Amino acid sequence: MAVNYLYPEYEIVRDTNKCIACRVCERQCANEAHWFDPEQDKMVCDNAKCVCCHRCVSLCPTKALKIVKSDHTFRENANWTAKNIKEVYRQAGSGGVLLSSMGNPEPYPVYWDKILLNASQVTNPSIDPLREPMETVTYLGKKPTKIERDKNGKIINNLAPQLKLSTPVMFSAMSYGSISYNAHESLARAAEELGIYYNTGEGGLHEDFYKYGANTIVQVASGRFGVSKDYLNAGAAIEIKIGQGAKPGIGGHLPGIKVSEDISKTRMIPLGTDAISPAPHHDIYSIEDLRQLVYSLKEASDYKKPVIVKIAAVHNVAAIASGIARSGADIIAIDGYRGGTGAAPTRIRDNVGIPIELALASVDSRLREEGIRDSVAVVVGGSIRSSADLVKAIALGADACYIATAACLAMGCHLCRSCQAGRCNWGIATQRPELVKRLNPDVGYKRLVNLVRAWDHEIKEIMGGMGINSIESLRGNRLMLRGIGLSEKELAILGIKHAGE
Amino acid sequence: MSKIVIIGNSAAAVGCIEGIRSVDKASEIVVISDEQHHVYSRPLISYLLLGSTDRQRMKYRPDSFYADNMTDVMLGKTVVAIDPKAKNVKLKTGEVISYDKLLVATGSSPFIPPMKGLDKAKKCFTFMKLDDALALEKELTPKSRVLVIGAGLIGLKCVEGIADRVGSISVVDMADRILPSVLDKDGAQLVQSFIEKRGVKFYLNDSTAEISENKAVLKSGAEVDFDILVVAVGVRPNISLLKDIGADCGRAIKVNEKCQTSIEDIYAAGDCTESYDISADTNRVLALLPNAYMQGETAGVNMGGGEKVYDNAIPMNAMGMFGYHMITAGSYDGDVYTETDGMNYKKLFYKDNRLVGYIIIGDVERAGIYTSLIRQRTPLNEIDFELIKSKPQLMAFSAQRRAKELAQRH
Amino acid sequence: MKRIYVNEKWCLGCHLCEYYCAFANSGKDDMAKALKGVKINPRIRVEEGEKINFAVSCRHCEEPLCVKSCITGALTIKDGLISFNKDKCVGCYTCIMSCPYGCIMPDGSGHAVQKCELCTKNACGEPACVKGCPNQAIVFEER
Repeated sequence: MAVNYLYPEYEIVRDTNKCIACRVCERQCANEAHWFDPEQDKMVCDNAKCVCCHRCVSLCPTKALKIVKSDHTFRENANWTAKNIKEVYRQAGSGGVLLSSMGNPEPYPVYWDKILLNASQVTNPSIDPLREPMETVTYLGKKPTKIERDKNGKIINNLAPQLKLSTPVMFSAMSYGSISYNAHESLARAAEELGIYYNTGEGGLHEDFYKYGANTIVQVASGRFGVSKDYLNAGAAIEIKIGQGAKPGIGGHLPGIKVSEDISKTRMIPLGTDAISPAPHHDIYSIEDLRQLVYSLKEASDYKKPVIVKIAAVHNVAAIASGIARSGADIIAIDGYRGGTGAAPTRIRDNVGIPIELALASVDSRLREEGIRDSVAVVVGGSIRSSADLVKAIALGADACYIATAACLAMGCHLCRSCQAGRCNWGIATQRPELVKRLNPDVGYKRLVNLVRAWDHEIKEIMGGMGINSIESLRGNRLMLRGIGLSEKELAILGIKHAGE
Repeated sequence: MSKIVIIGNSAAAVGCIEGIRSVDKASEIVVISDEQHHVYSRPLISYLLLGSTDRQRMKYRPDSFYADNMTDVMLGKTVVAIDPKAKNVKLKTGEVISYDKLLVATGSSPFIPPMKGLDKAKKCFTFMKLDDALALEKELTPKSRVLVIGAGLIGLKCVEGIADRVGSISVVDMADRILPSVLDKDGAQLVQSFIEKRGVKFYLNDSTAEISENKAVLKSGAEVDFDILVVAVGVRPNISLLKDIGADCGRAIKVNEKCQTSIEDIYAAGDCTESYDISADTNRVLALLPNAYMQGETAGVNMGGGEKVYDNAIPMNAMGMFGYHMITAGSYDGDVYTETDGMNYKKLFYKDNRLVGYIIIGDVERAGIYTSLIRQRTPLNEIDFELIKSKPQLMAFSAQRRAKELAQRH
Repeated sequence: MKRIYVNEKWCLGCHLCEYYCAFANSGKDDMAKALKGVKINPRIRVEEGEKINFAVSCRHCEEPLCVKSCITGALTIKDGLISFNKDKCVGCYTCIMSCPYGCIMPDGSGHAVQKCELCTKNACGEPACVKGCPNQAIVFEER
C-alpha cells in the first residue's frame, strides 16, 4: 500500500458524556465519517473523511460534537507552507490538476475591509429610515441621454428595457447541475418574493421554474446549454456569460455522471453525457462579434429584455467594459476573483483575476471618462459578504450587486468547499436525491428572503446615517468612502481619499 | 324533544348516550340497569382481582358522566317487559316507564350447561359481572384449589386475575386447544405453554363427567380436586325482552346498519345483538366491548336524529396473559402467511385480494394497521402486501394514500 | 385544531423527532441525562424505506377508533385532542388492535400503552418532534 503523506485536516471531537448515540451524525454524513460501533457500544469516526461541513454538528441534539482544525503540523516555513506541501503530495500521488470549489481563499487584500463609510454630523442632517421614506429601488439598464419630444411636445418614451429591483441585490448565476433543484427553487421563490432576480447559470431553466420567469435572468454561455427561443423569452433579462471570477479564461465541465434525466432535459443534452462549456465562445473573438450576439438575443426577444454581459475581473477590465458598453449590452456584470464556483482548477481560482473593488472603480471611472456610463448599468459580484460591502460597492460606482456565496450560506452552506465532490450534506451542491431533499425550499427560500430583507434594512440605516435618502444619490458617490492603510496607488485606482483627508 | 330509554348500563349504553349527545342535547335519557353500580368496564373484573385496577379506576366513565350527559339513571331495576304499542317498559317493581325511542342493550349472561353434580359444588361462580368477581374474591385464599371450566377468553382472564392469589388452578375445556374461538392450534399451543409455566394445569379435549363437593371426575378419567369452581363455558345473548314481542331474532337480536331492530323505534346494541361480520360475510354475535360501544353510538346518533351507519364490524380481540400478548381479528379463512420467531407468532389470512383475518402473538406492535386493512377491505393489489406481511407499516401503502392519511385531518 | 402533519417528501429519516419526543416525555431537563444509555421508546416513529422515510404519530382522528374501543375509558377525546390517562390503563392493547396508523404502543412498563398527546402534558409547550425536525417534514398546524 502506498504511504499516505496526508494527515486529516480536521478532527471530529465528540463529548462522550453528551453523546446519546442517536446516530443522527452517522445518518446525515454523506462522507460516512461517523458510525456506531456495537462492539464498543459507542459512536466512532474517521477524521480523514470529515470536510468540516458541520452537518453533524448542527443536527446533534445534545451538542456533543465539534470539529476542530488539526494542529498536526508539517515542518513548514514561510515559503513552504503546509498548503504548498500538501498540494505537492496530492499531485505527486494523483498526477492530476487540483480541483477546488467556492471562491479564492488566499490572503490577498480585501479592499472592502480597507474602506470606511461616512456619516453626517451637524452640517448635513442624518435621516432616520424608520421615520422617513428611504428609496432602495434600483433600475438596471441603459439610461436615455436626452429627452425626446414628439411634434405635439409630448415626451417620447425612449427608455430601453429595464430590470426593476426592490433593493440593489440579485442572486448570481448558479446552474441547475452545479446546485440542486431545491436550491434553485429556493432562489427563484425568494427572488419572486423579494422583487429581485435570480440567474439560471448556464444549465438551462427547468420546466417547473418557467413560472418564476418574471424574476429570472436566463444565461447564455459558451456551451449554449438549454438555450431555445422559449428559454430566451422566459426570463426578464438575458445574460451572456463570457467569464466568471473563480476561473477566468476557463470553461466548465459537468461530468456525465451528474447529467441525470432531469438535468439532461433542462440542458437539452443527452442523458449521461459530459456537459462541456468551452473556454471561449467560439463565435466571439472581438467586441464586434459580441455585438452580433447581443443583437441576436435582442432580436430573439423582441428588444423587450435587457441583455447583460458578464465578465471576470481581469487586468484590462476597464477597456473590455468600455467595449461591452459599446456593443449594445444594457448591463455589464463583473465578477471579482473571490467569486465562487462549484468546481475550478485550484491554480486558476487562486491566482487569476483581480479584486472586484479595483475592477469596479476602474470600470466606473473609465465609463465616466468616456461619457458612456449611462449607456450601461454595472453589476458587481465576487464576494459581497454583507450590506456594508454592498454599500461600498454602490458608492464606488456599481448599480447593484450579485451575491451567490452569501445566498448559499443563507441556504445552509458551511463553506466546506467540497462542492466538486457532489456530496453536499446541505442539499445545495449535489444531485443525489437523498441529499437534495435536505434542502426544503420552504425553509431555504425563507432564509434567503430574511437575508436580503435584513441587508435592505441595513442599507437604509447606513444611507440614513450619510444623510442620503435614495440609493441613486449614493451611486458613484466616492466622497462617502475613505481608504485606510492603502497606498497612494490603490487610493488613486479606487478614486477615494485616505481616512483623515 | 323526546324521551329515550336505554335498558342496560354498559359499553353499548354509554356509546348510545354519547351518540345521542353528539347530535341532541335536549332529549330526555333514562338508563335502566339491573346492576347497582355506576357504569364500569366488564372486562376489567379480572384486572380488579389482579390488582391492576380498583373499583374507582374501573369506572368506564367518570362519576359525573350521567350528570354531564343529562341522563337519569335507575340502578338495580329490572325490566320485565316492553310494550311496543304503548311505547313503554315495565319494571319488576311494577313501575312503567314510557319511551319515544328505546335501546335494548341487555348484554349476555353466562351459559351454564347441564353438568352432573354441579349443584354439589358449594363455591361455584360465573365470571361476567362485577358482583361475580367480588363474590369470587371473597372466597380466594392462598391455598384455594380452583377449577375453571372453559379455556376461552373469560375463563383464562379469570385465571390470570386469580393466579397469584390461590394455591393451584386447573382448566378444563372440551376443545382441543385453549382460546378456541380466537386462536389456531399452533398459536394456542404457544400460549398454553406460557401459561403452564405459571403453574396452571390444562385438561383439554375433556369435560366433567361428574362433579362432587371438592372433586371433578373428567370424562378422560382424570380427577381434579378443587375448592372453588368457576364456570366460564360461554355466554348467551339476553334477547327475551325483544323475542317476547316478536322482534326478529336469530341467535341474538337482528339489527340493521343503523342498529334498528325489526320493531319501530326500538334499537339494540351490544352483546345481545348479531352483527354483520364483513370479514366472513355473515351474521355473528360479536360479544366485544368495542363492538358494543360502536353499535351503541350508532344507535344513539340515529335515535338523536342524526345519521350514522355501522357497517364494518369484525370480530377482534386483544388479550394478554401474564404479560404475553395476542391480538386477533377477522376470520381465519383463505390463504395463510405464517411467521414464527420464538415467542412471536403471526398468521395472516387473505382471500379474494383482501386480508380477512390475523393472529398475532408476542410482538403485537402496530397490529391495528392489519385490522384496518380488514375493516376497510383494502384491495391487496393496491398495497405492497409482501412488505406489510412481514411488519405492519404505512410504507406499504401508496404515496398518495399516505399523503391522505398523514397530511390531512381525519 | 392544530394537528401534526407529515410530509414524507422532506423527511430525511434522521430520527431526531424520536429522540426529541423521548426527551420531552422523559421529565428530565437535560437531553444527555435523559437519554444516555437509554433505548428510547418514542411516541413518534420513523418508517424507513428505500428512498422514502416518514414519521408517524397519533393523527388525533375525529372519529377515534382507539377511544371508542378503549375498554377502560383511559383514552378520551376532548376538543380534538386524544388524551391518555395512564392511571386507568390496564395494558389490554385493544387500542393497539384498533389504531389504523399503528400509533399507540406499549410503554416501557409493558402494563400500559403510550401515545402522542401533542406535548400537552410535558414542559415542551409545543410538539417536540415538530420543533426538532430539521427540515420541516413535520409541522403542527390547522388543516
